[in-house]
Amino acid sequence: MKIKGWKEIMPGGLVTEPGSSVTYETGTWRSSRPTIDKERCTHCLLCWVFCPDGSIVVRDSKVVGIDLKHCKGCGICANECPRHAITMVDEIKARVEEGLS
Amino acid sequence: MSNVIQQVKGKVVALEGDYAIAEALRQINPDVMAAYPITPQTEIVQKFSEFYAEGVVDTEFVPVESEHAALSTCVGASAAGARAMTATCGAGLALMWEILWCASGLRLPIVMAVVNRSLSAPLNILTDQTDEMATRDAGWVQLYAESHQEAYDNIIQAVRIAEHPDVMLPTMCGMAGFVLGHALGQLELLPDEAVRKFVHIYHPHYSLLDTDCPVTFGAFDHWDYFFPHKRQQWEGLNNALRVIPEIGEEFGRLTGRYYGLVEPYMLDDAEVAIVIIGSAAGATRVAIDEMRAEGIKVGMLKVRCYRPFPADAIAEALQGRKAVAVLDRTSCMGGEGSPLFTEICSALYNRNIAMKIISYTYGLGGYDTIPEEFCQVYRNLLQIAQGGKIEPIHRFLSLPERGES
Repeated sequence: MKIKGWKEIMPGGLVTEPGSSVTYETGTWRSSRPTIDKERCTHCLLCWVFCPDGSIVVRDSKVVGIDLKHCKGCGICANECPRHAITMVDEIKARVEEGLS
Repeated sequence: MSNVIQQVKGKVVALEGDYAIAEALRQINPDVMAAYPITPQTEIVQKFSEFYAEGVVDTEFVPVESEHAALSTCVGASAAGARAMTATCGAGLALMWEILWCASGLRLPIVMAVVNRSLSAPLNILTDQTDEMATRDAGWVQLYAESHQEAYDNIIQAVRIAEHPDVMLPTMCGMAGFVLGHALGQLELLPDEAVRKFVHIYHPHYSLLDTDCPVTFGAFDHWDYFFPHKRQQWEGLNNALRVIPEIGEEFGRLTGRYYGLVEPYMLDDAEVAIVIIGSAAGATRVAIDEMRAEGIKVGMLKVRCYRPFPADAIAEALQGRKAVAVLDRTSCMGGEGSPLFTEICSALYNRNIAMKIISYTYGLGGYDTIPEEFCQVYRNLLQIAQGGKIEPIHRFLSLPERGES
């Protein structure tokens, strides 16, 4: 996500486009991230219910992943999962493994 | 040429300062006025509510439960696209504190009259500028009036300054409580039509009620954009240094009364000078006239605009003076002198202008200050100019340690 300069933004923090919360990435300061063990997941969707940020991506009633652009790494999903299918891993380590660091 | 402004002749009247402000508000005829009464501003709200009751204004008048609510109402109204105005003073301004930042941060051109009053305790309702100067960093444009005429003229110009597309910031207009607010003074009221033409109709670029272009005001700004938005705001406030004299010039062509950021009086050949804000500039003029009659070269620089700080204009005006006293009517405790003084020192230092400069605190809580006391300041300055002792740098004007029997 490119951060705009101060001359490129709307005065007063005015938002003129609808749905900008989708394009604006708020998960950049996460210190740990959830990873899903797809073998254990039964798609009960409790994680989707509890996620305060709507970051559990569900398609056709199935959990298909985490929206890491918006997930803050709070760990509620991992705490609530009855199958212990979600593990919180260190964000820096995850990024290094992804080659993003 | 369409930009030629015909000078108009107004009506000369005697009014209390608060009523003069109320007349300006009536003529501006804002869309929304939200205010809570507080001495010595009450008469503005009282008079305006009469105008509202008599149907002479189209304004939506919102009587609120507090000053916090008054300014919050103006913020909502202004975001909705209305020209919103309010008035307050002292403790009322203090209660608006949080919302002052909301108004400027959202770039809402609200105009507010501030009838300057001290801040308690001890309980005091009389005038000093502690209330308004304490809001220095709130991001508002700040103008101060010396006279009834200036108080009236400033409010009208403030509408144009605040709404200028390069500024878009709220503007407060200070006027001494009681000394101007409750005292009768002579001033010229412009014809209603001239004021309405001068302030013209407000067309906001964005507003909440514009359904063709829906927008969000007041969204959360994270670490990434809060600072850039403050940088923009800084730019808008600094632009007012250019816009205020432009509007003052246009107002001058309409009325014959020209306004800038600062106003010198007998300063050109003055050896020593007083820098002052607000109504006490009147007593300083009297002191200058008395001393000039004796052939003593003294002068004054009146600061009309305190925010944004007109550093260039002040430094240029003071250059060449041998000694200067900066008089502040605010209790900025524990500082190296008072706020106008420290900022002027900074302006001079950064421009390599060296001079002897001292700070006076005067007139807190309505403490009377008469021309003879300003004469004494000038006499002190003349001694300093001739090599006399400059200490103490920060002084309290005419405040004896022990009373005389």
